[in-house]
Amino acid sequence: MSLSLQDISLTVGGQHHLRDIALTLERGTVNVLLGPTRSGKTSLMRVMAGLDPTTTGRIIADGRDVTGQPVKKRSVAMVYQQFINYPALTVYENIASPLRVRGAPRAEIDRRVRAAAALLKLDNQLEKTPLKLSGGQQQRCAIARAVVRQADLVLLDEPLANLDYKLREELREELPRIFAETNAIFVYATTEPTEALMLGGNTACLAEGRLLQFGPAARVYRRPDSLEAAQTFSDPPMNIAEVTKRGRELVLPGGGAIAADGALAALGDGPYRLGVRAHHLELAPRPGSLRVPGTVDVTEITGSESYIHVHAGPLRWVALVAGVHELEPGSPIAVHVDPARLFVFDPEGRVVITPGSTAAHAPQRARG
Amino acid sequence: MARIELVDLAHAYWTHARPAEYALKPMTTTWRQGGAYALLGPSGCGKTTLLNIISGLVTPSQGQVLFDGVDVTNLPTERRNIAQVFQFPVVYDTMTVFENLAFPLRNRGLDSRAVDARVREIAGLLDLTPDLNRRARGLGADAKQKISLGRGLVRPDVAAVLFDEPLTVIDPALKWELRSKLKALHRALDVTMIYVTHDQTEALTFADTVVLMHDGGIVQAGRPDELYDRPRHTFVGHFIGSPGMNVLPAAVDGLVARVGDARISLARPYAPPKAGSKVEIGIRPDHLRLAASGGHAAKLERIEDLGRVRYARLLFEGHRLSALVPEGEPPPTGPEVRLAFDAARIHVYADNLLVGEP
Amino acid sequence: MTKTVDNRAWFLVLPVFALVAFNAILPLMTVVNYSFQDSFGNNQFFWNGIGWYQELLDPTSELGGRFFAALGRSAAFSLAILAIEVPLGILVALCMPRSGTQLAIGLVIMALPLLVPWNVVGTIWLLYTRSDIGLFGWLINAVGIDFNATRNAAQAWIVLIAMDVWHWTSLVALLCFAGLKSIPDAYYQAARIDGASRLAIFRYIELPKLGRVLMIGVLLRFMDSFMIYTEPFVVTGGGPGNSTTVLSIDLVKIALGQFDLGKAAAMSIVYTLIVLTVCWVFYTVLVTRDSQEAQP
Repeated sequence: MSLSLQDISLTVGGQHHLRDIALTLERGTVNVLLGPTRSGKTSLMRVMAGLDPTTTGRIIADGRDVTGQPVKKRSVAMVYQQFINYPALTVYENIASPLRVRGAPRAEIDRRVRAAAALLKLDNQLEKTPLKLSGGQQQRCAIARAVVRQADLVLLDEPLANLDYKLREELREELPRIFAETNAIFVYATTEPTEALMLGGNTACLAEGRLLQFGPAARVYRRPDSLEAAQTFSDPPMNIAEVTKRGRELVLPGGGAIAADGALAALGDGPYRLGVRAHHLELAPRPGSLRVPGTVDVTEITGSESYIHVHAGPLRWVALVAGVHELEPGSPIAVHVDPARLFVFDPEGRVVITPGSTAAHAPQRARG
Repeated sequence: MARIELVDLAHAYWTHARPAEYALKPMTTTWRQGGAYALLGPSGCGKTTLLNIISGLVTPSQGQVLFDGVDVTNLPTERRNIAQVFQFPVVYDTMTVFENLAFPLRNRGLDSRAVDARVREIAGLLDLTPDLNRRARGLGADAKQKISLGRGLVRPDVAAVLFDEPLTVIDPALKWELRSKLKALHRALDVTMIYVTHDQTEALTFADTVVLMHDGGIVQAGRPDELYDRPRHTFVGHFIGSPGMNVLPAAVDGLVARVGDARISLARPYAPPKAGSKVEIGIRPDHLRLAASGGHAAKLERIEDLGRVRYARLLFEGHRLSALVPEGEPPPTGPEVRLAFDAARIHVYADNLLVGEP
Repeated sequence: MTKTVDNRAWFLVLPVFALVAFNAILPLMTVVNYSFQDSFGNNQFFWNGIGWYQELLDPTSELGGRFFAALGRSAAFSLAILAIEVPLGILVALCMPRSGTQLAIGLVIMALPLLVPWNVVGTIWLLYTRSDIGLFGWLINAVGIDFNATRNAAQAWIVLIAMDVWHWTSLVALLCFAGLKSIPDAYYQAARIDGASRLAIFRYIELPKLGRVLMIGVLLRFMDSFMIYTEPFVVTGGGPGNSTTVLSIDLVKIALGQFDLGKAAAMSIVYTLIVLTVCWVFYTVLVTRDSQEAQP
């Protein structure tokens, strides 16, 4: 099955929850909705499920218009942030419940429940009630229940948000395998860029109810269409500088200037916004790298790496560098970036250059 | 400002509990004045119990809590001069931001000029100055969390500020801002801070000392890089780092560790461990590399692309491993790959404990 | 969140419409009809236009004077019981045990007065306060205070108010208790850490969180007490004199005592409009409050 959203908008009480969203999802794919709280992830899921009507737009499933069709007529399963199970039923009965509702034969129920339980490593917990399980296992149970009915569309709304970091990591690693075993359309909402990357599949970046960009996760991460998409898909946040290209130089907001070499040289004069990912900033200069002098605000150690918060004039940047660097706040520092690693956006936030792209076609896009 | 000492402290939630049932196993430790500590561990490891004992919400079954040498074990919360920031922001809805921040000071009878000066100082540190006259009710979660933090910090006599997973309800991008703000505040105010979390990134970036807890006990306490570089327990290796340390059952003799049929060379000789103990080697994904030639044979299962880095998930002698593939390096091809171990970074564990730790 | 819209659902409401039409709208129309007519017994009716309404709203007329006096008594009664029941209810809720058997016992005791039928409440208090055989009346007399609610207007009022407080404070208390239970522990912990006094905790944490249930409690109690009939009818019958003749009692006196159906009908309509207006005001306040709170 494929699910196609055509120019979906949702307005509730004068507030735009979704604006003109066009998106086609194919069977057997994982699709991550990535965006901050209130960006429209949950609204979009509810529209897909048929829980909410749309203000405008159509929903096409396998070529059939299902706009306005109620949820119970669609083949949809949903998993929420909270661990929602039937507290009085055993794990077995919880997983079996969607099949029982449909009156599947006993033997088939047993076979499918055991398969789903094995997939989610719940084989040894089948006789327990959910509240006797750890949080991770409770959510496994909820996911098993969503998977067992072989719905065409499985929606997961921040399913790992209430779990411990390490449990999250564990389940996140297993999810792609679970998804691969069931031939449904998976839609997974999250606020965390890393999660989108780990799950692979496609990512749809959302902001304020708009779809910014949709495509394979790694591609959206490396080639964002816009500054907004790049910011949504960056953790730590992308470092931004408003610069002006003047001749052979890029003038920084603090008044300093850096040489516009390589791909940057092809840019026309005028204002731009530079974007640098934190891990592309380095402490040691390399041949040809740009130097941005500044002052240390604070350093954070992650064990093997350090986040160095730097300010240079009005810029507030974060550099992620290898090794442990305990730098005194207020001390001078210079961060360096390879110009080939820079993202360049025009003043409206449209991308002009992404790292690795050829600059040849870029200036026209900036003008257009 | 205070030095916090825990002396033979333990806690069980019911009387006559067996040692295994203790929520907190006996521990003695000292946390210095002005330190930034993180209590890190999975749910149920006892970190919240420990925090509640320090804040005075729970009275321990045994042992003492000392603030600057004074026994406060039986003192109620309000007499301990501590401040606490909870998981969900706690603000007084009907008050303005200013009144919220002034509340602890006014309760203690400070005169209005002193209150005003102190509130403005703290509001300045927290970037709350523009909001001072707004009602707290209408603010976002991050601003509310700053207010709860500010109410703790505003008291000049505060002995310690306790944080109970304070960033749970904050969006990732704002987490960054608040976290570095906390760190800057810690430097500016020289106050002991204790931060409870299950999130290693929060713990490692915030704290100068990370206290890793497991099963009601402290497994290791140290600087973030110590925990990362020299995990004293396999649990530390697993819990710190993402993905965690690779731990493989091995036979170790002299300069060689045998994992299945593979013979991995070690940087220094180890005496054969005593019979019957479980021997393992641990190595972080960052110290494993896929090599063009040499090294050991392994099978590539898949590549996980996290944008900034990629991890190769491998099958090596029947065990699953992760290895780092740095950005810029070409992704490995084919299922048959060669795996190189950085000998200096291999740790040897006997019964889960690091061998050769002085 | 929006919900699925399916207009067929309106059909499900039809039976209710029919029922309401039959037992509310039709009788109400009869009343509206009566309010524009005068009757001289024998089911003879004459058109009187808005005559009754003019008279009713003119305090100098006989009917108007009577109406405003009764309205004043009703309003005074409602204000008096609200002024006592709301603070008392909050106080009781604050003193309730938070859990365990004590809580269960407390809840049962609190629920008891609410289960007693209205007229029984009236009878209980009538007997209880009688100066000859009632325990309370006799005791008060025994300490040397002349007490007789059937003769002394002030004392009749005291009995009515005491009765209502006894009957309904539990309701306010239970509402407040539910409101208090929903406040997370972290708020109390934070307040202790901030060094807040008990009074400050009440003022800045409990009272703001109680706002909503209190509004509902006040609304319920206002409506109920403003329309109270059975209990004063049983206890004082509106006397001594007219001193406890609240609107509902006066209405019945006019309608059934004097059989002035036209006057009574007009009075009923005005009475209903007053109640509806107050309801609407409360509703509007509640809704605006909620929408303010919903803002991020």
